[in-house]
Amino acid sequence: MGPESPATARLVSLQARGLTKVYRTGDVRVHALRGVDLDLYARELLVLVGHSGSGKSTLLNILGGLDAPSSGSVLFDGRDLTDADDKQLTGYRRDHVGFVFQFYNLIPSLTAAENVGLVTEISRHPMHPHAALELVGLEERMDHFPAQLSGGEQQRVAIARAIAKQPDILLCDEPTGALDSETGILVLEAIEKVNRELGTTTAVITHNTVIGSMADRVLVMADGAISETHENADRRAPGELSW
Amino acid sequence: MKALDRKVLRDLWHVRGQALAIALVIASGVAVLVMSLSTRNALIRTKDAYYERYAFAHVFARCKRAPGHLISRIAAIDGVQVVQTRVKGLATLDIAGFDEPVLGQFVSIPENGDPALNRLVLRRGRWIRASQPDEVVLDEPFAEAHGFVPGDELVAVLNGNRRTLSVVGIALSPEFVFSMGPGALMPDARRFGVLWMGSEALAAAFDQEGAFNDVSLQLTWGASSAEVIERLDRILEPYGGVGAVARREQGSNWFLMNEIDQLSTMSMILPSIFLIVSAFLTNMVLARLVETERTQIGLMKAFGYGTRTVAAHYTKLVLVIAGLGILLGWAIGTWAGRMNTGTYAQTFRFPILFYRPDAASFAISALMTLSAALLGTWAVVRRAALLAPAQAMVPPSPPLYRKSLLARTRLGQWLDQPTRILVRHIAREPWRALMTAGGVACSVALLVMALQWYDAIDYLVERYFFDSQRQHVTIGLAEPQASSVVADFRHLPGVMAVEPMRIVGADLHFGTVTHRGSVTGVPSNAQLMPIFDEASMAVYEPLEGGLILGSRLAEKLGAEIGDAVWVEILEGRRSEAMLPIVALIETSIALPAYLHIRALDRLLRERPGVEYVNLLVDPHEEANLYRRLKDLPAVSSVLLRRAAIRSFDESVAKNMLIFVSLFCAFSCALGFGVAYNAARVALSERGRELATLRVLGFHRSEVSYILLGEVGLLILLSLPTGCLLGRALTILMASAFDTELFRIPLGIEPSTYGLAVCIAVVATLLSAGIVRRRVDRLPLIEVLKTRE
Repeated sequence: MGPESPATARLVSLQARGLTKVYRTGDVRVHALRGVDLDLYARELLVLVGHSGSGKSTLLNILGGLDAPSSGSVLFDGRDLTDADDKQLTGYRRDHVGFVFQFYNLIPSLTAAENVGLVTEISRHPMHPHAALELVGLEERMDHFPAQLSGGEQQRVAIARAIAKQPDILLCDEPTGALDSETGILVLEAIEKVNRELGTTTAVITHNTVIGSMADRVLVMADGAISETHENADRRAPGELSW
Repeated sequence: MKALDRKVLRDLWHVRGQALAIALVIASGVAVLVMSLSTRNALIRTKDAYYERYAFAHVFARCKRAPGHLISRIAAIDGVQVVQTRVKGLATLDIAGFDEPVLGQFVSIPENGDPALNRLVLRRGRWIRASQPDEVVLDEPFAEAHGFVPGDELVAVLNGNRRTLSVVGIALSPEFVFSMGPGALMPDARRFGVLWMGSEALAAAFDQEGAFNDVSLQLTWGASSAEVIERLDRILEPYGGVGAVARREQGSNWFLMNEIDQLSTMSMILPSIFLIVSAFLTNMVLARLVETERTQIGLMKAFGYGTRTVAAHYTKLVLVIAGLGILLGWAIGTWAGRMNTGTYAQTFRFPILFYRPDAASFAISALMTLSAALLGTWAVVRRAALLAPAQAMVPPSPPLYRKSLLARTRLGQWLDQPTRILVRHIAREPWRALMTAGGVACSVALLVMALQWYDAIDYLVERYFFDSQRQHVTIGLAEPQASSVVADFRHLPGVMAVEPMRIVGADLHFGTVTHRGSVTGVPSNAQLMPIFDEASMAVYEPLEGGLILGSRLAEKLGAEIGDAVWVEILEGRRSEAMLPIVALIETSIALPAYLHIRALDRLLRERPGVEYVNLLVDPHEEANLYRRLKDLPAVSSVLLRRAAIRSFDESVAKNMLIFVSLFCAFSCALGFGVAYNAARVALSERGRELATLRVLGFHRSEVSYILLGEVGLLILLSLPTGCLLGRALTILMASAFDTELFRIPLGIEPSTYGLAVCIAVVATLLSAGIVRRRVDRLPLIEVLKTRE
């Protein structure tokens, strides 16, 4: 549980205004985002739910500096990411953002500890890889290669890797999408723990509405826009969820 | 077009860069094969037709002066079909506007028409007339070099008499396809020419009326040349015969056959390297393609396509790549063959040497390439064809890595994660890494092999023309002269030092081996043309008690220091003696046997004599000296060291440049093909990993390091290996090119290794640069949204 309710603190980590994204494939123009305004508050756990094609991944990619919007702005630490070049965006990802993906994306040739080390070696104030793995409950599996780990374990390594640099923002794209519910809950517990203990601002994308109840705030996306916003008075522990 | 065939084309388009790189490697191999084989066949075809049509003789003999009536005895030898006797002689020529002395080889021809053997191809002008004893026919290269045309005149000192000769015709002869003056290393048409003159006129000029000093024989089908030579030698012995030789040993033909042998060797060794590497590359690219198409293969099988169809599908892909390489190779090979033949046509003078693309070389190269490609990819095609549909539809299990031994060492602990990734990747596919490194090493090796020719030539020139020869001019005397002649030469203008030398033809026997060569008599304390050992770079003093042999001659005889060699002099009184070998010296050119000049005189049972005189000349007086030499009756040949070096450099440099440039291009194609494919396959396999790293905040350069660092590390390992391999390849090629005249010396300069390494590095960097651009354009989002 965060020390303050986000509603009262309202310290903004990341601010997006009027984001639109139009993809052109051949003659077809796809409006993935149609003017999204969003504030990501410090220390909050935000869940973005929506069906596939609703634009939530596009939004996350833009927030994470992986993609550029067609129009609009993203402000981080007073700077507009939409003006940044590739080098600056890389620096932003390197120093401030942690990513967790649906398919883990671990480096198969590195052990769990080394996968985490990959990130700590290039960041400014990292935690020790062992500490990060301990945080996700994998201290026993540190020397295992990805091929020797279960899907849930691999995803927890991915979380450890994402938070080891102590990022300002943790972005998770369908972190449980490839997992069964039991394993998925273990992964969500890890995310929740990181948010709670380290105070990392966290955004989780999911099409699974149940997951929304572990958040401080839930945004529902549809057709490239935020259609609904509600705040949970009480965050439910992931262990209480089921789907 | 069937859907599957369309897929072949689309797959090919997908891997077009790699397919093209492989095709280039294949094309290089095919081109070398087509070039060397078709040039070789063109030479053989032309030579055979030329020899046949112009009745090139089978046996050649020389003597001092044999009476004409011997012809019937020679003709009576079993196996002899046609006998042709001639008068031959050397004379200096005086050519207006050309200061240096020129040596002419005079050969008699019947006044009334074609000789029975060694017929001429009259290229311009007409045949000589019996009534005009001063008419000559010139050989074409010589005429071209001096711009002579029928109607021109030139002056010759024939046996002491200055004669003005008129050129009536220009001709070529099968006897002088490769025409080189005595003592030269390369043809030099400006300083050596062949002149055909009427038999009677030439006999009169050389005191050979009613006699001859040269015999050519044509043998009946199946006759043994060795037996004929033995009997001919016996007949000519009393008349100063110096030992007959078979066509194989005839000067011009020997050089031609040597070149043909070298082309055969080249066509066997070099293309194999390219084809083996291309087989590996095709394997690597196809294996990756099959891996990415597992699901498609599963689908094809689920739809009911059989194992054979799948196998045929991927085989077609290989065949198209190989086919592309073959076609490209044929085109390059034909072009290079034409260039090569053009170069040969300058060195070897045939009436026509036209390049015809050789069907056999096309067929052989295609067959070899297809076999190599199919053999190289057989395992991959088989694996693809045998994939069970269900198994093919699920993604392959993630690769299992292990901590290497390196990881447990201190160095391993110290490595950063990106380096660890690349090291583990190499360790996980050791064979592929080995073949990649091996491929680049081959490219370096070929470069070293090609570039070292310059070192070899430099070495030869340095040792032969500078270390072991210090004279400016070597003068050949028409007849052996008394030693006092040395003093006469001392008084000629500009002469600063004179040294006598004697060279007599001899057979050297040891055990069952016989070498027909010569013994060179050298005076004590020789300064101008001493006995020089290339190994120790030291000068040996000639000994009266025994022979100093070139080590290659000793090798040929199977003799060592201390062994006694039976020496049979082929001139004069034909004396024989048993002489011990007292020392061995290293030489790259020729197979010399040295004896003290006094001991040689004693062996010949003659008063001290001289056949060659070496001179050291004041450069300012050269012109005066040449003028005097042209008029000296005793002088039969004048060899200028400087001119010999220049002609050697010129003809070698021209041939080398084409050869070396071609091989550099082919080697670069090889290095580029290997590095490019290694990097592209690595990129395909690890695009996802690299995209992940980019997302995690790695810069483009850091990500490129992981991908290209792996290839770079392999290339780094391959460079020293390539240098060693290049040395081995050079030894192999040198031993295949080894002849009695030359041994390719093995002195590869450090700079040659350096240059080879630089060229290879540039070729591979180019491929890395192309792949690097792809790394920069990695689509981050797409990669992450999909399951591998």
